[in-house]
Amino acid sequence: MKAAGSRAIGKGAGVGRTDASTGRLRGRAREAFRQCFSFRWVAAAVIVLVWFVYFPIVDNFIISTTRSDIYTGDVSYVGLGNYSRLLHDKVVWSALWNNCAYAVISVIFQVFGAFILAGIIESLRSDFWRRFWRALYFVPSAISLTVTGLLFYFIYQPQIGILDAVMRATGLGALIQPWLGSEHTAIYAIIAMSQWQGFGYSTLLFAVAIQKIPGEIFDAARIDGIGPIRRIISITWPLTREMTGLMILVTITGAFQVFNEVMVMTGGGPNNASQVLGTWVYQQGFIQDDFGYGAAIASVVFVATMLTGAAHLWYTKRGRVSW
Amino acid sequence: MTTLAVPHTGPRVSATRIIGRTLLLSFLVCLGIVVAYPLLWMALNGFKDNEQIFGTPFSLPRHFSWANYVNAWNHGVRSYVITSLLVTISSGICTVLISAWTAFGLTRTHLPGRPFILALVLGGLMLSPTVALIPLVQMFQGLGLYNSDWALIILYTAFRVPFTTFLIRAYMIDLPAELDEAATIDGATDSQRFWRVILPMCRPIIISCIILHVLFAWNEYIFAMVFTSGSDTTTLPVGLALLMARHSTNYAEVFAAMTISALPIVVVFFATQRYFVRGLAEGIGK
Repeated sequence: MKAAGSRAIGKGAGVGRTDASTGRLRGRAREAFRQCFSFRWVAAAVIVLVWFVYFPIVDNFIISTTRSDIYTGDVSYVGLGNYSRLLHDKVVWSALWNNCAYAVISVIFQVFGAFILAGIIESLRSDFWRRFWRALYFVPSAISLTVTGLLFYFIYQPQIGILDAVMRATGLGALIQPWLGSEHTAIYAIIAMSQWQGFGYSTLLFAVAIQKIPGEIFDAARIDGIGPIRRIISITWPLTREMTGLMILVTITGAFQVFNEVMVMTGGGPNNASQVLGTWVYQQGFIQDDFGYGAAIASVVFVATMLTGAAHLWYTKRGRVSW
Repeated sequence: MTTLAVPHTGPRVSATRIIGRTLLLSFLVCLGIVVAYPLLWMALNGFKDNEQIFGTPFSLPRHFSWANYVNAWNHGVRSYVITSLLVTISSGICTVLISAWTAFGLTRTHLPGRPFILALVLGGLMLSPTVALIPLVQMFQGLGLYNSDWALIILYTAFRVPFTTFLIRAYMIDLPAELDEAATIDGATDSQRFWRVILPMCRPIIISCIILHVLFAWNEYIFAMVFTSGSDTTTLPVGLALLMARHSTNYAEVFAAMTISALPIVVVFFATQRYFVRGLAEGIGK
């Protein structure tokens, strides 16, 4: 009764709560003013975002067409000079490759692996154990990449590290490498740490998505005699498609912004073999003080994330499954 | 219901099912060990001395002495913790307030040009700190905020508002419109409607947003390193890297510092896990 009554009165209030004597026009003007005045709710976000997020991104492209002299501080316009230098920079290409390897491996483990793991956890009957595994696997994601990076720096270390010791104990001693010290393994050692750190987060998100699937669908499938593996393939996978798309997007864009773990574990070394775009921006922009060139490398990161975003938009547009 | 299927398929299936369950469980346990053991190793190494760390990496510490933890705390970790706390709390309050206002404006007012503002705010999700880094440094040098806590508070807020707004908006959009109408009839202004009606109803998602922001701000590295590394006040992640560079021979102390840095956030996570998961469930996937 309340709902119906209030809706009728509410409508009247919305049009303009004016006395019969005041003109209709004045009421409308006041309403328009009131609507514009509600801009105050979003003003803070708009100002902060335009000032500190959008403007710097535009500015980055402007800076990338300049070259500043380290000694005099003079800024000169060089057009696309920094970009043509980019094409001939071997480290940029190897950094791009490292970012791509990061993206591919992370999608395999943190999206597909996490999906399967979430499916296994959610198939457990006891609520306590479901919560236990989800929480345990999440713990590394709560800890900073600086701590986990340093931790794995020690784990990979030949003298005190436990990885080499475990490998020796299990008869894999012949495969031991100078994990972070070799040009061939450094980036993969870092990526491995990143999987350890991040898979619990996506597992938790997938578990949440699976919980949102109505239980009747699974019950119906069970009555029809459909086994657990088939249930995952034919029910869980299609019905969590939106989450999968979102996770792939987040994982790939994250892979192109990698910085922290590389900085802490190798600093890009040895011999720039484990540089990623983020650390190369830092190296060129702040260590070499070449802002223009650093900004040009940052533009590559921008293009990569935008392309991923566009691909995701295309993927979600292909229709969504709903229930 | 399931009993219908059981006699039909026979006992052979239940045997494979038991084997399957055992395999799955042992997989979960092994993965659990891979996750938990390194963390345990880190905390235990904080109790050892260097000789023990090198000599017997797998053994328990000979005696539990807090000396390394105390030394790490006194060698700078205390000031890192204070800075981290300050930055995390201030930026958390700013982010959640601004995001809740924005979500309110976008879902519960007749704001003109809403789709445009929504696109502007959510578009921020795709923009990364790396790309804005160099211009931001120049900007903050110009503003005189370079090497200060303010830089981090502003930047953490600016870069987290899109995500936080996205979560709160998804929650707010589902609150029934009758709430606003009833409040308006009772003579509530827009502000009263926000503070007294809508915001209290969004409590679950607000709590999740606070937790997510704490996880982010406590652990953030790239801004913290670039914007405060030259000053005395650094946050924990950057401070740890500094400690590592300075005391790289005293591993035990570094391990202790790492544990001090990791412990609060793990405790926060376990204490608030329930809200965290519920908030994510309600915020994401809509």
